[in-house]
Amino acid sequence: MKLLVCISKTPETTAKIAFKDGNTTFDENGVQYIMNPYDEWYALVRAVELKEAHGGTVTVINVGPASNDVVIRKALAIGADDAIRVDADPNSSMFVAKQIAEQAKDYDLILLGKETIDYNGSEVGAMVAEYLDLPYVSYGTNLDIADGKATITRDIEGGAESSQIALPLVVSAAKGMAEQKIPNMRGIMIAKRKPLNVVAPVAAEDLAVVASYTVPEGRTSCKMIDPDNMDELVRLLQEEAKVL
Amino acid sequence: MVLVYTEAHNGQFKKAALEAVTYGNKTAQVMGTKCVALVIGEATNPAELGKYGAAEVMTVNSGNLAHFDSQTYGHAISAVAQQAGAKVVILPHSSTGKSLAGRVAVKLNAGCVSGANAIHTMDGGVFKVKKNVFSGKAVAEYQLNSDIKVLTLSGNSLKAEDGGADATVTAMDLEVPASRVTILGVDKQQGDLAPLPEAELVVSAGRGMKGPENWGIIEDLAKVIGATTACSRPVADTGWRPHHEHVGQTGVAIKPNLYIAAGISGAIQHLAGVNSSKCIVVINKDPEAPFFKAADYGVCADLFDVVPKLTEAIKKAKA
Repeated sequence: MKLLVCISKTPETTAKIAFKDGNTTFDENGVQYIMNPYDEWYALVRAVELKEAHGGTVTVINVGPASNDVVIRKALAIGADDAIRVDADPNSSMFVAKQIAEQAKDYDLILLGKETIDYNGSEVGAMVAEYLDLPYVSYGTNLDIADGKATITRDIEGGAESSQIALPLVVSAAKGMAEQKIPNMRGIMIAKRKPLNVVAPVAAEDLAVVASYTVPEGRTSCKMIDPDNMDELVRLLQEEAKVL
Repeated sequence: MVLVYTEAHNGQFKKAALEAVTYGNKTAQVMGTKCVALVIGEATNPAELGKYGAAEVMTVNSGNLAHFDSQTYGHAISAVAQQAGAKVVILPHSSTGKSLAGRVAVKLNAGCVSGANAIHTMDGGVFKVKKNVFSGKAVAEYQLNSDIKVLTLSGNSLKAEDGGADATVTAMDLEVPASRVTILGVDKQQGDLAPLPEAELVVSAGRGMKGPENWGIIEDLAKVIGATTACSRPVADTGWRPHHEHVGQTGVAIKPNLYIAAGISGAIQHLAGVNSSKCIVVINKDPEAPFFKAADYGVCADLFDVVPKLTEAIKKAKA
């Protein structure tokens, strides 16, 4: 079985979010980058588990500059066999999806996280599936493979749905599909020798791009209420905040 | 024209669907065109979408659309959009809408923005629309360079406005390919409450509850205001509450009008899922709880004492 995992690079969860150049560019100053947690903890780890159970290979793919290689090496340390980096700036979801689809034509299962924690778009999986004319199941919390078919449980509002689909297909992974796995020293050493193939991008347009950013004003002061006067809290919620 | 895909559940339109039609109508007004609603499958009264701003309602019924599959639904929505000449396609920002948006965008060669939270603007002839990014820590204004645009509308971004008249309903005849997905089962753990992404009022609790047997006071508070209940990650992880109630970075991101958090310290990952709420009330006995810094109103006391008192105060105010 050939598995492909799409990984993205995102600022670390607690990174300070600031912008520069007249609020048109994310300020990378002092920002630590990580592999997008949904891609890493759930999609990649589950792919490696499926490979260990059923045999096959796990390839990771990333669209980005050479500075992303550190994140790609981590994916190799966790257990991917090889990697593809499409050497281009990922400026829009459709551009990224097109690059992935171009490389993804020969896989049984394509996995990715449910969204990235920076742009929270949740768009790329559906786009890749559409380019390849494959089924797509989003928000998978459980994924098993048997007899060339995937059995998937996915989150829906207020519950869960389970379904069965013949391979190949695209699945986005949510919490529950697997558990975070810390790479061991052996994995890290081997990762250095695993193939990381850099390929040139295909032509694709950026149809939706960020023009500017704003940072919403944070809550400046919390009004403390006397615990013995809940009538006052109710009054404020009704009259000041107007939410009750 | 502007095409809005409206989701129904048991024949009734979801709140997000009504919001989307209102949003679609306002979008159409900016563009000087009309808003058309699309209904797939069974809805008791599709004409009522006219009240929320749809000039027309189109319905598509096919055995191949009996259950949701992003491939067949994406096909149907794109086909209707093409036939009707839609310039903007609006979907709900639900699990359904998010799994459709990318597909429809590729089919229509459209720029795609998921989670739009305001009506677009035309800035020097350029279509621009805003959404939250970095888990609510910033807002990005996207510029769309394509002829057709696909947007998903973040829940609770505007109020559904009724007041118009019923719309005419036209059944569309559409060839839909068979679904490759077999549904094995659906487990609905939640009753009649609004699903979390749509909820206007949310009461949430964390480890400060000490155990699942103590949740009665949270449910009582939620009940008096008609709120949906939620919880923090540790609570869902230990199985005190069902997984679908978990709000935060790895759970559901919400933006209700009111978020009441009891016994939740306010870790940054939790805040990432709730900081778009319009008003936040934090109840915690630890004055150093970081959540107070992100709250509008705080009560520093034992939640087992405060929560029932708040419930009583609301009952009294409502009486």
